[in-house]
Amino acid sequence: MTLHRPESLPDALSLLGASDAVVLAGGTDVYPGLRDGPAPDCMVDVSGLPELRGISKGAGRWRIGAATTWTEVLRADLPPVFDGLKAAAREVGSVQIQNTGTVAGNLCNASPAADGVPPLLTLDATVEIAGPQGTRHLPLADFLKGPRRTALQPGELVSAVHVPEAQGGAAFLKLGARAYLVISIAMVAAVTEVRAGRIERAAVAVGACTPVARRLQDLEATLCGRPASDLPEIVSQYPFAELTPIDDVRASAGYRQDAVRTLVARALARSMEVDHVA
Amino acid sequence: MSLDAPPGHIGFTLNGAEVSVPGAATARLSEILREAAGARDVKIGCNAGDCGACTVLMDGAPVCACITAAGHAQGRVVETQAGLVEADPLAERLAQAFQRHQAAQCGICTPGMMVSAVALLREGGPLSEQQVSDALGGVLCRCTGYRKIIAAVLDASTEAPLAEGGVGAPVARVDGWPKVSGVERFGDDVAPADALVARVIRSPHHRAGFTFGDLESYRETNGLDGVFTATDVPGANVFGVIPGFEDQPLFAEQEARFKGEAVACIVGTPDALAAAAPFPVTWEERPAALTPEEALTADQMHSDRAGNVMSRGRVARGDAGAGLAGAAHVVAGDFSTGFIEHAYIEPEAAYARRTGDRIEVHCCTQAPYMNRAGLAGLLGLDPEQVRIVPTATGGGFGSKLDLSAQPYAALAAWRLDRPVRIAYTRTESIASTTKRHPSRIHMEIGADAEGRLTGMRFDGTFNTGAYASWGPTVATRVPIHASGPYLVPNYEARSAGVHTNCAPSGAFRGFGVPQSAVAQEQLFDILAERLGLDRLEFRRRNALRNGDATVCGQVFESGMGIVDCYEALAPAWTRALDEATAFNAANPRRKRGVGVAGGWYGCGNTALPNPSTIRAGITPEGALRLHQGAMDIGQGANTVIAQIFAEALGVPLGAVEIVGPDTDVTPDAGKTSASRQTFISGNAARLCGEALRAQILRLGNVGPDARIELGAGEILLHEGSERRRVPLEVAEGYALEAQESYDPPTQALDENGQGVPYAVFGTAAQICELEVDLDLGTVHLHRITAAHDVGRAINPLLVEGQIEGGVAQGIGLALMEEFLPGRTENLHDYLIPTIGDVPEVESLILETGDAHGPYGAKGLGEHCLIPTAPAILNAIADACGARIHDLPATPDRVRAAILARGA
Repeated sequence: MTLHRPESLPDALSLLGASDAVVLAGGTDVYPGLRDGPAPDCMVDVSGLPELRGISKGAGRWRIGAATTWTEVLRADLPPVFDGLKAAAREVGSVQIQNTGTVAGNLCNASPAADGVPPLLTLDATVEIAGPQGTRHLPLADFLKGPRRTALQPGELVSAVHVPEAQGGAAFLKLGARAYLVISIAMVAAVTEVRAGRIERAAVAVGACTPVARRLQDLEATLCGRPASDLPEIVSQYPFAELTPIDDVRASAGYRQDAVRTLVARALARSMEVDHVA
Repeated sequence: MSLDAPPGHIGFTLNGAEVSVPGAATARLSEILREAAGARDVKIGCNAGDCGACTVLMDGAPVCACITAAGHAQGRVVETQAGLVEADPLAERLAQAFQRHQAAQCGICTPGMMVSAVALLREGGPLSEQQVSDALGGVLCRCTGYRKIIAAVLDASTEAPLAEGGVGAPVARVDGWPKVSGVERFGDDVAPADALVARVIRSPHHRAGFTFGDLESYRETNGLDGVFTATDVPGANVFGVIPGFEDQPLFAEQEARFKGEAVACIVGTPDALAAAAPFPVTWEERPAALTPEEALTADQMHSDRAGNVMSRGRVARGDAGAGLAGAAHVVAGDFSTGFIEHAYIEPEAAYARRTGDRIEVHCCTQAPYMNRAGLAGLLGLDPEQVRIVPTATGGGFGSKLDLSAQPYAALAAWRLDRPVRIAYTRTESIASTTKRHPSRIHMEIGADAEGRLTGMRFDGTFNTGAYASWGPTVATRVPIHASGPYLVPNYEARSAGVHTNCAPSGAFRGFGVPQSAVAQEQLFDILAERLGLDRLEFRRRNALRNGDATVCGQVFESGMGIVDCYEALAPAWTRALDEATAFNAANPRRKRGVGVAGGWYGCGNTALPNPSTIRAGITPEGALRLHQGAMDIGQGANTVIAQIFAEALGVPLGAVEIVGPDTDVTPDAGKTSASRQTFISGNAARLCGEALRAQILRLGNVGPDARIELGAGEILLHEGSERRRVPLEVAEGYALEAQESYDPPTQALDENGQGVPYAVFGTAAQICELEVDLDLGTVHLHRITAAHDVGRAINPLLVEGQIEGGVAQGIGLALMEEFLPGRTENLHDYLIPTIGDVPEVESLILETGDAHGPYGAKGLGEHCLIPTAPAILNAIADACGARIHDLPATPDRVRAAILARGA
């Protein structure tokens, strides 16, 4: 029944190394996961670690501390390419969840329907992992290994998420069966850079349609260099073969496969609108 | 005092006071706040962040206390509803606004709503509806439909409170202030600190045999106070609600018949329960039947119910076959609905203690006297040995009629002679308590060339689950109502309730009528289209009028208000159709649609006695007490019954003190169900008020128009310029007292269902305007216009609250709700509407009077949701041609229906 509240990252790591303690940040996944059962005997609270707090800009990249809450993401002064991540932040659970739930918590929970993952994939995010052997970095796509599985080794924790500086507009769309507090049927994040009516760069990621949210590299490649006005046609002809949606209580697999096409087209279009405005 | 708490303690600022409370830092903050810090205004609805009832402010930001580590509060500032209302003028103004708008119904979500709203209001600046929705989107409400909550937050001003008034006045809830100020106490809020805790052991399989290990050694090893199974039940191990259909064991014997059925119960201190080893039981899973189709050929579940058919219902009038054969147009269709969970935000909870040879049970409930009888049977006691003291009830909607948690606390307290409490988790609440019956309906409807109904045939099969509960009521009620409020000369309706290995289906707002309306009102649209008739005109043309015979042959000479409902809707209908047409011309991939549907509902038990008794007295000191036994589960009975009584007695509402439905001191006002309280208990209250008035006037020897004024130790009577004084006798108990009962006049139904099933029917019709995204199949509701004939609105604001709440549940039924046993046993997989899912609701309250209702009032609770789902489904079809036969109309189903039409 111990909740350690270390005051530095090294202290936290030594606590984690010495026991099989559960890492606690906001608690918004840990406690629901108990299903009314008692809390784990030992937890290490990382929400107060200074190394894990705040959003800062360094050389060519942004660092989002692991314990940054979704509300802090929403309120941060960030360039337009983060608009998709901000839109996702607004869709994480509810205001209550956004106030305590953290960016890294969303990644470590590794739900196929994690709201934060698709936008971070489109931002080419990497995960900073602190461990007994030092710090390592992994692309987000490599960090997420499967539903509820990550590349974290025992004794490690996520200390930050890094996002390279980038131009462009971004958007995020979440499809669910009600207005708030909803788990996605499917979701799409998009980042685009458009110059003189031509798509220079596109990043598209889809969530809740594969065991782990993923980028659609083939679609991105097809979009690159094409006039923005070709977007509807390109999306309408794209096979979305990399998606393997399932039937569950929220929707059928067939519907997910079908709806993603619409969501991708709309998210891309919206990301371009934003870019034009900017 | 320092915030550096001693070991095993958590120190923080709670509502302005520095506190240090014992508790594990790993515990949920909600638990520490409630159990250690005494903040019982923090409500636990889900333990998963899904409902927001436990919202508190931590350093000013709303968080769900149930998914926050208690240790996170160390050194921080925590504020709860009660503290906010007491200390923050902004919160106090918000509480007043909640009272003015009746934004709290049952009150269980109110703490979460108000705390979230305070955080928003503290940001300052003008507010939009969208901002309010965004801020409150994390808190679920099952009663209000959210509209009055939004209105209250937007109006958190210093405006004057609602004025007092009698029948017809929109007075504030007489029991509202405790709910909005955070001092209301619900089922899990009343147990003493030393109460033991009971936990139920439930079947993890839909159907399973089971054997126990050594229970006594398990009890001893784990330091438990008790382990109870079927053999420990002192009375008969069976309960139920309908005479002849008591079939549910408190603990299963030999075989568990549904997933979540109780087999045992362990009792101990909270610490002992938390540390207890897994319960020693071995399961042997058996093949289960989850649908009526499977059940018809499955093993028989109850020895007297062949083919697993629990009961059937039938109503026949004229010659349905001939009516359909002679019709110019006949439409037919098959429709289905799923299990619907009540999803009140307060899970079932109870606390019991033994007092000598009596047992006292404090619990949330809709039916104190029925609970008393049920518990007496289980404990082998006389009913008088059982005292039910209802707490505030955080929503019911039908499921809190049945016994749920109470017997476990009562049995343990009886056997151990220690106070025992129990609160269901959200998962066991959803898994084990009653549901709305899933339905499969085939229906045929015929009309002549002028669009007059000639015949109707209805066949409905209802999945009644493992035990009867209120299933027989559904089977009886549906054939009476399946015609809708229309003139149908030739009619035959059959229903069957079939047992399956699912949680029992029971009472849920409408008792099967919302399901039949989904079929009938959708077919009406198809028929109107076939006829080339305006859909509202088709309904108006066929609506029952005073003097017409219903399908049971009952004739109302007055008060059949469905034509009035449709006529009241006509302007909105025309406007909505025009707006949709204009929008659709300009938008190729988003389409607006308009739908209309009607409904009716008979108030009270079907052709069976169901009296209510109301008692009132005046103390020797001059205090007027109303023993109000009609359970207020949020719908407003405390206010409505008091308004009626005050009017009949001729005193201001403020003079009435309410004594609650404690079975030791308040007579039986029947159950809160079947939209019967305003009508039946209201009539008893009227009679009681009139009787007391007559007594007083007689004592003062004054005429019938004299005004009564209660004074200290006396009653003053004013007649013209004269004033008479009636001294109140010193007496034990009341100096003056009256008690009256009312039982509605009904008549048994014959073998064809002909007779007088109900003394009163209420009617309603609603229009839904919505937009369908053709590419995603998503449905966005724009507005509901709801016309309801309530006979007489005793309190129009409460009427609106019922309508808006019913509409919200209808939205859930139509668009998102479906309980799948074993799969959606939480509030993130089982979806109910959030604040963003209920559009503006315009209520048109019609008062056509009633021959029997008090001051002409009819019941209203169930009526509100009956037209909503079919109106939505009809609007979807109007928008895009997609006709949804199998509910809910989730985006994937709507999109599939659109694709099937090649759109």
